[in-house]
Amino acid sequence: MTGLKPLCDGLWTDEPEPRLIGGQRKNDGKIIFPMPTGDAASAYDAVPLSRTGKLWSWTIQGFEPKAPYAGPQPFRPFGVGYVELPGQVIVESRLTSITGLRIGMDMELVIEDFDGERACFAFAPKESA
Amino acid sequence: MSDVCIIGIGIHPFGRTEGRSGRDQGVFAVKQALSDAGLDWSDIEIAYGGSSSAGAADVMVNELGLTGVPIINVANGCATGGSSLASVYSAIASCEYDVGMAVGFDKHDRGAFNAKPSEYGLPDWYGEAGLMLTTQFFALKLQRYMALHGISQRTLGLVAEKAFENGSKCEHAWRRSPVDLDTILNAPMVNDPLTKYMFCSPAEGAVSLILGTEKKARQLGKPVIRLKTSVMRTRPPGSFEVFAPSLDIDRGVSPTVLASRAAFEKAGIGPEDIDVAQLQDTESGAEIMHMAENGFCKDGEQEKWFAEGRTKLNGKLPVNTDGGCLACGEPIGASGLRQVYENVVQLRRHGGARQVSGTPKTAYTHVYGAPGVSAVTIMEC
Repeated sequence: MTGLKPLCDGLWTDEPEPRLIGGQRKNDGKIIFPMPTGDAASAYDAVPLSRTGKLWSWTIQGFEPKAPYAGPQPFRPFGVGYVELPGQVIVESRLTSITGLRIGMDMELVIEDFDGERACFAFAPKESA
Repeated sequence: MSDVCIIGIGIHPFGRTEGRSGRDQGVFAVKQALSDAGLDWSDIEIAYGGSSSAGAADVMVNELGLTGVPIINVANGCATGGSSLASVYSAIASCEYDVGMAVGFDKHDRGAFNAKPSEYGLPDWYGEAGLMLTTQFFALKLQRYMALHGISQRTLGLVAEKAFENGSKCEHAWRRSPVDLDTILNAPMVNDPLTKYMFCSPAEGAVSLILGTEKKARQLGKPVIRLKTSVMRTRPPGSFEVFAPSLDIDRGVSPTVLASRAAFEKAGIGPEDIDVAQLQDTESGAEIMHMAENGFCKDGEQEKWFAEGRTKLNGKLPVNTDGGCLACGEPIGASGLRQVYENVVQLRRHGGARQVSGTPKTAYTHVYGAPGVSAVTIMEC
């Protein structure tokens, strides 16, 4: 996704196979996403998250959300889900697909074109090996 | 501690009322509640209330009268009504006041709520990416619940069918026409697995409740309907809430479970003792999941309950007898108080066509909202 600006800096790592950046709470090791900013950040260490996980739940956004939604025009329904990254955290994400979704399926992180100018993270069903 | 009774109730019909502000609908409800109680505005010693989108409650003194009454404005999101009621309850129970009032009102724009990320401590990108929608949360929570506990799409339809059936018999409801099951199931999908008829809509409306000591209720010659408890809880670790960019892998219970357990403990009765219940049904699946979270059935038993019609008006535990949020819509500030209003109607046996069978003695309400709050009441007569 060269040339595209991230929807927000600091959400994923800058490497050939990007990973989401979570925050691991210093006092108990719990991981949240995204890494907190501001004063809350001092209680967390930034940690890269697994690129793969399992679909925990899903839905399809069938109508165009009001502002602050800033997605591509014209609106097209998109998938939304939670993906469980094993041993880490369950993250909410856009999904690249709106068909064939099923709880427990293998998912993989991708960085995709969001609106022609910006990139956003999403999870895609992983092709079975 | 004094016993707390509900001595007056008032409601402005829910739905859309062009040309009448949310606050004016609140004044309408207050006047009705005063009339129902046989009291004057000057008799109100303390009031709590508010709205989410229609301004502050204390401005109502312009219309109601400058009696000097203390009015505390409450802005607690979906728990605004529940928090107001819990506050009046405490004021009366503590014996500091004899008569108090809770009022909730609202008037929302059409279409789904569009929350601002910053107001929930969330980054802007979360909203821009299209992830900050209440409807998505309901669908995501429900999708997983259905998979884990064997709830069918048809049962989601039965919830909505019951709501519109009950709403058609209720004068304060917005949706007053029954909708058949096929129409509900075949309607356009909004957020899979929920179709258009399975979601409630933001709306308008107002409710006012007047509370007093038992002595006051008896003086006024009102039937003694005790508010046994009114509790509100925020979320515990590991719960699954609206507007959550991530969830802990160690899963926990919902704030509803905390509020429900606390309410039953304080009331000294259990779910099996409840005769009629109003449970938050912002969508069909919410009613199903909240039946279990409030302790009325085990996870998955809802399938059987609906097949047998146990939550219909003539069932063992009628649920959402006025059509709930699905038929009444959701004016946030008023919604939780509407449930209490409806229970008082049922306990007084004034429900007319929607009156539950038998002689209900106990009633339960439950409201849930962002970002993870729940309020429960238990009433007895």
